[in-house]
Amino acid sequence: MSEVKKETGTFAVKTGLAEMLKGGVIMDVVTPEQAKIAEEAGAVAVMALERVPSDIRAQGGVARMSDPEMISGIQQAVTIPVMAKARIGHIVEARVLEALEIDFIDESEVLTPADEAHHILKSAFKVPFVCGARNLGEALRRIGEGAAMIRTKGEAGTGDVVEAVRHIRQVNSDIQRVVGASHMELMAIAKELGAPYELVVQVKELGRLPVVNFAAGGIATPADAALMMVLGCDGVFVGSGIFKSDNPARRAKAIVEAVAHYQDAALIAEVSKGLGEAMRGQSVAQMEDRDKIADRGW
Amino acid sequence: MKVGILALQGAVREHRNMLHRLGAQTVDVLNPQDLRGVSGLILPGGESTTVGKLMLRYGLLTPIAEAGRAGLPIFGTCTGLILLAKHINNSSQHTLALMDASVERNAFGRQQASFEADMPIPVLGGKPFHAIFIRAPYIEKVGSGVTVLLRHDEKILFARQGNLLAAAFHPELTDDTRIHEYFLSFIIEN
Repeated sequence: MSEVKKETGTFAVKTGLAEMLKGGVIMDVVTPEQAKIAEEAGAVAVMALERVPSDIRAQGGVARMSDPEMISGIQQAVTIPVMAKARIGHIVEARVLEALEIDFIDESEVLTPADEAHHILKSAFKVPFVCGARNLGEALRRIGEGAAMIRTKGEAGTGDVVEAVRHIRQVNSDIQRVVGASHMELMAIAKELGAPYELVVQVKELGRLPVVNFAAGGIATPADAALMMVLGCDGVFVGSGIFKSDNPARRAKAIVEAVAHYQDAALIAEVSKGLGEAMRGQSVAQMEDRDKIADRGW
Repeated sequence: MKVGILALQGAVREHRNMLHRLGAQTVDVLNPQDLRGVSGLILPGGESTTVGKLMLRYGLLTPIAEAGRAGLPIFGTCTGLILLAKHINNSSQHTLALMDASVERNAFGRQQASFEADMPIPVLGGKPFHAIFIRAPYIEKVGSGVTVLLRHDEKILFARQGNLLAAAFHPELTDDTRIHEYFLSFIIEN
């Protein structure tokens, strides 16, 4: 049987990991201790980063890939998959993360973009990528570059779920339009969305995105997380929402349970009791446009 | 025929689609009462620590273990294989402890070691099966009641113990229905 030919780093293997994360919660962590709390609470993966988005927002400056030593420490602390962020277009940060054998790279607008014109050609990597999107065109451009997973962007570090809702509503409505269109209309739609034609055809056939889509950006409570599932997301990323709250361990566990049982309002009521204060947050409607992270990347 | 799919987390949709293609009805299992009336159960791939914790928290470990001991056909893929096993190396993780097997978790390494390959599986007949392994476990050793259906490089990747079936890979991510048909044949025999 030694003649069996093994292929690694294929698109099926990359999207396969994303499929296994479905129905789960991916949590931002900045230390090995936080990673252990996340794993203990039932996270399906952790995102290793130096500062959570709300701190990046508050402190300003250039946000870059995390210290490899910190990432390695988190990899050693848990057995669940470990993700990490590279700057948009920063090919070398992504190669460094690949060399660290990270399980998934987030080419993320939360960090300061390194390239304002080009995203990374993700198909050239063995490691899978997740990328942010605000609408179907943006999602399909990233998949066209090789992303194995999409997350709606939301507005990271705010604790305000309104942008996450806006983005998934937009993706859903774009998909409905593609599904309802005749095949003859798809090229014109592809042109308008700025999306690869073949992927638009695939969306029509599947009736959904060709890869797994999680929600991100502003999810702070179990009810927020369940809301994103009700709206059709496959899972959620929670960034600042957990470790900027009063009781991270309990809140993390409650969000995991609310995502698993998102249609069970009585259960969400039960797990939401006495969690202490959620992150204070800031309302997106009162923010200046230049402070919005979601507009980074295209 | 109604087959339950443990739906707490993971690749639930793909198993559901596969079973619907084969004409079986499915029910998502989230709570113990969802097990009523099912004639078989699938434990899909996902994150095993997450699924194990949620099963414990929602009282699913005991009723599923009892049903398995009483002969309910159960098919576990990847995480499902881990949950079926009696022993997990270097872990105190909660499992159903049904299959007489010792399992090594994340046994091939991190995601970059995940792979796909055509593997010959005699019990299925015909062409090799295209197996997709995602941060996969393998079975290191089994007891005498377990039939090994696929072994590669000394690693047991597919095995049966009576009503229990366990795969380290993901047939639900392919278009090949043979393994699901094989599992449904357990239910028909039952």
